[in-house]
Amino acid sequence: MHLNSIKHLRRRQLISASIRGTVLFFTVLTLLPLVYILIYIIKQGIGAINWSFFTQLPRPVGETGGGIANALVGSLIIVGLATLLAIPIGIFSALYLSEHPQGRLAGMIRFCVEVLTGIPSIVVGIVAYDWLVKPMGSFSAFSGSVALSIMMLPIMIRSAEETLKRFPTHLREASLALGVPYYKTILQVLLPCSLSGVLSGIILSVARIVGETAPLLFTAFGNPYLSFHIFHPMHSLPLLIYNYAISPYDSWHQLAWGAALVLLCWILLLNILTRMIIRKWSVRY
Amino acid sequence: MPEPLLTHTSDKQLSSASSSAEASRSDSRSRRLASRISHAERKDQLFRQALLIAGLIVLCLVIAIFLTLIVGSIPSFRATGIHFFWGKVWDPVTEVFGALPFLAGTLLTSFLALFISLPFSLSIAIFLGEYFPPGKGKNYIAGVIREAVELIAGIPSVIYGFWGLFVLVPLVRQLEMKWNVLPYGVGILTASLILALMIIPYAASLGREIINMVPAELKEAAYSLGATRWEVIRHVVLPYARTGIFAGILLSLGRALGETMAVTMVIGNTSVLPKNIFSPGNTLASVIANEFTEAASKVYLSALIELGLVLFLVTTIIHLIGKRIIKQFST
Repeated sequence: MHLNSIKHLRRRQLISASIRGTVLFFTVLTLLPLVYILIYIIKQGIGAINWSFFTQLPRPVGETGGGIANALVGSLIIVGLATLLAIPIGIFSALYLSEHPQGRLAGMIRFCVEVLTGIPSIVVGIVAYDWLVKPMGSFSAFSGSVALSIMMLPIMIRSAEETLKRFPTHLREASLALGVPYYKTILQVLLPCSLSGVLSGIILSVARIVGETAPLLFTAFGNPYLSFHIFHPMHSLPLLIYNYAISPYDSWHQLAWGAALVLLCWILLLNILTRMIIRKWSVRY
Repeated sequence: MPEPLLTHTSDKQLSSASSSAEASRSDSRSRRLASRISHAERKDQLFRQALLIAGLIVLCLVIAIFLTLIVGSIPSFRATGIHFFWGKVWDPVTEVFGALPFLAGTLLTSFLALFISLPFSLSIAIFLGEYFPPGKGKNYIAGVIREAVELIAGIPSVIYGFWGLFVLVPLVRQLEMKWNVLPYGVGILTASLILALMIIPYAASLGREIINMVPAELKEAAYSLGATRWEVIRHVVLPYARTGIFAGILLSLGRALGETMAVTMVIGNTSVLPKNIFSPGNTLASVIANEFTEAASKVYLSALIELGLVLFLVTTIIHLIGKRIIKQFST
């Protein structure tokens, strides 16, 4: 009897250990291809990167060399404009939500933010096409920025609201009791205290949309030349990667790998920045 | 709210000041004070309105997106009606639009991807949530894995597609040659594989959060009764987290359904009903990405917008249900 129960215990422990091993195995097995993707991109991309890669335009097929300056500039402009468009609406609506935690309208807005989170990026592209490209009669960087800013909003709003609503009541009351007007209390007490969350939300939302391609396909459209005009078609890194990846030319593939590596580094930097801001600037009440 | 209080004091100051000896000086001072206060009040009012307007913009944005899609798909709905959803033929030249090939392609790739990724994402979730939970010593490796998973979740879809095109497609082609099917390389299976890879990090980090929500008392109670680690996971953690995990699966499904670029690049882009998982196909998102800029006629464009509307409705509903379940689970 006693021996039996020990045997039983051994078996149970063995099962437990073997399951643990299986979970470990599956985890490593999953990480392998994922890490392989990273290594593959770095390996392929590093060869393409040199000085002219950043400063020159893509060359026609048949000529070697060339760079992605048009896409780099385009990405910067499109993403920068999208951020400028999204910040005021994002931060102010987050403020509205945190100021009205229980309101009925706030509930509806929160629901809309949730809907925006789940919206497929290609659908945003269709909508931006319908709103801007069709009436204006041409593809434009501006319409791409609008599409991207729609995608940024939910991430920004949720991250900002999360921090803003943690602001303690007693600090707010202290400020109001000193006779500080409401808007100054919000802008000069609440926002600075919540700066880490608001700022990291903004940067995180940028990191999420830097690589978005689908909304740009029928808005910014792409442009083989360097363009600074926001109402004309403009190239961007993800569009360039897509166009060159499905092209049959090796030299274009090479440029695309380089662009992919640049894009990855950009996203990584933004992520690191977010973390640093959260670590350094977050206020504990 | 403090503002009415402020006006109240200012009125009082005004009335008391008027009776004093140095009437004119203090009168002008208090008038200045009153005007400053009312100025601040006006700014407050403006500020509140600005907040409200920003909120309303978000609200209107979603309504406008929905309406735009509906209005945009009216011409197509007039032309094909409800037959749109089970029409097997998609031929823009003769303007015959049936969405069945894309619906089938979308469902096939998404569910296949979900099926492939489930054991992997669940093991990472258990690994990070149960075996190496955060906030304890000696889990340097778990920290690294957690960071890696987060990092990989941030890789843009177009890069996954690029990689898939150059690594996964030749691999699948070799397999297909071995299995004696037409070696396209691209197709439903390849798209599902790349989708599975893409949703694993997302699903895993969701699952980890859900597993972390299981109360420690329950687990400790089971341990104190002599349960082994696996028995605790099997009989306490997983049953408790069941609804949450279900919601995580729904959210991952929503992601997979709406995924565009990576799928577009490796699915083969043929608008024919797929015969099996090796044949090339198209999903709702990929056909829009491919044909939207080429759509010449009004009905063609409208048919594509209708596909977008279907995609929007399906992903949104799945996403909202998933979020609702998680919200209930966490409270």
